[in-house]
Amino acid sequence: MTGLITPVRGLLGARARTYREHLDTVGPLPAVGAEQLVQLVAAAGLTGRGGAGFPSARKLAAVGSRRSPVVVANGAEGEPASSKDRALLIHTPHLVLDGLVLAARAVGCRTAYVYAPESVLDSSIRPALTQRRDRLTITPVPSADTFISGQETAVVAAVQGLRPVPTSTPPPIYVKGVKGRATLVHNVETLAQVALIARYGATWFRERGTDDDPGTRLLTLSGAVARPNVYEVAGGTTLGEAISAAGGALEPIQAVLVGGYHGGWVPWTAHAAQCPLTRTGLSAYEAHPGAGILVALPARRCGLKAAAGLATYLAGQNAGQCGPCRNGLPALAGHLQDLVQRRSPAHNHEEILRLVGTVDGRGACHHPTGTTRMIRTALRTFRNEVELHVAGACTELQGSRKGA
Amino acid sequence: MGTTLLIDWTRCEGRGLCAELLPEVLTTDDWGYPLSIREDRSLEVPPRARRYAEEAIRECPRLALRLLDS
Ligand code: SF4
Ligand code: SF4
Repeated sequence: MTGLITPVRGLLGARARTYREHLDTVGPLPAVGAEQLVQLVAAAGLTGRGGAGFPSARKLAAVGSRRSPVVVANGAEGEPASSKDRALLIHTPHLVLDGLVLAARAVGCRTAYVYAPESVLDSSIRPALTQRRDRLTITPVPSADTFISGQETAVVAAVQGLRPVPTSTPPPIYVKGVKGRATLVHNVETLAQVALIARYGATWFRERGTDDDPGTRLLTLSGAVARPNVYEVAGGTTLGEAISAAGGALEPIQAVLVGGYHGGWVPWTAHAAQCPLTRTGLSAYEAHPGAGILVALPARRCGLKAAAGLATYLAGQNAGQCGPCRNGLPALAGHLQDLVQRRSPAHNHEEILRLVGTVDGRGACHHPTGTTRMIRTALRTFRNEVELHVAGACTELQGSRKGA
Repeated sequence: MGTTLLIDWTRCEGRGLCAELLPEVLTTDDWGYPLSIREDRSLEVPPRARRYAEEAIRECPRLALRLLDS
């Protein structure tokens, strides 16, 4: 056994390409038992980092009580504006694999999978697997390059060799997942945190962050910020602090897309800048931190045009399975594009509001709900832009700048 | 306590038969897919409509409907 190991600062402090380097950096994997591990994760207050933010210990416990379960590390990261999972898998593959081994131990499972883009499996995960000896079979499964490939039921389908599209629930995958077995799908960042918590403890984890949002989380910042990149911040970090972490705004900005394409547009105001990036902190804006995605929108851009672009992309990413999603999202995107073009703006605006109300929640997965949320928050945040369009104008065409 | 209608959207083909049989809960959207008549879009089945819900479940050609008692 290695002697005293100084705990690393966080996920990004645990960079290591080889297994040797990894052990030197973070220390050996401790021999924690299943029950102890679930208790540790519960005491740490770790929540899922894939977007839904569900308490991780509850997921472990739900699957752990069932026979011959399956565990999957989910690194599909279908969100175009996110790159933290890729960064983590490339720079700290062994930390993620340790987390997978621990989660498997916690639920008593012998079959595990790493689901991630082929390029990441090839350059990082497969080489890492050859360097370690785990008593667990870990199989890499390439993820599809689609927005919804990381939805849990789509992950289950992909692992079984089926088309990676969501399936209808209930039953939930923790009851019936891969080949009918109880299945635990954890985001790769969540697993990496489990690997650190098992080593350094729940108290160490809570040294950073707040009671409401303990520990650290990864953010992907892009758009009009000085240094777009992946950052690790303490839980409870405000929107303003996050933008500052990326070097601040490059030019006047008017809004930030928080939580990715299924997230919410938050107006860049003094009030919003002080909101913690948590579910409660962002509730006034109907936004949520999701997988830690922030995109800053310049003031000179038309917010409606940006939202219409996202809606068109999301409409094209529907899996074609569910009527309201397959028909509703393209219709919504079409009305948004027409509104941007000022074809018959007042009518388009009304139709968008009506369709948002009918499509919401009606599909096998969250794609319709996430898409309508993004559109609803866009109409609210860019209501001045809506009025401009109804009056036949547009910020971008006029080249006029709005005040920040 | 309540009974909710579950729709498997991957199965439903949207001819709207269920909406005809269960107008207490359903109407159809622009494309003929079942849509809650309520403002909050809840699919709760009131006790007096339960037998019609059961009929809709039997008659659905795609076996897309179920009831969930909670
Ligand atoms: S709701 Fe849309 S994206 Fe989700 S499974 Fe159905 S068709 Fe596919
Ligand atoms: S009867 Fe069945 S297939 Fe027809 S619209 Fe209703 S749920 Fe869909």
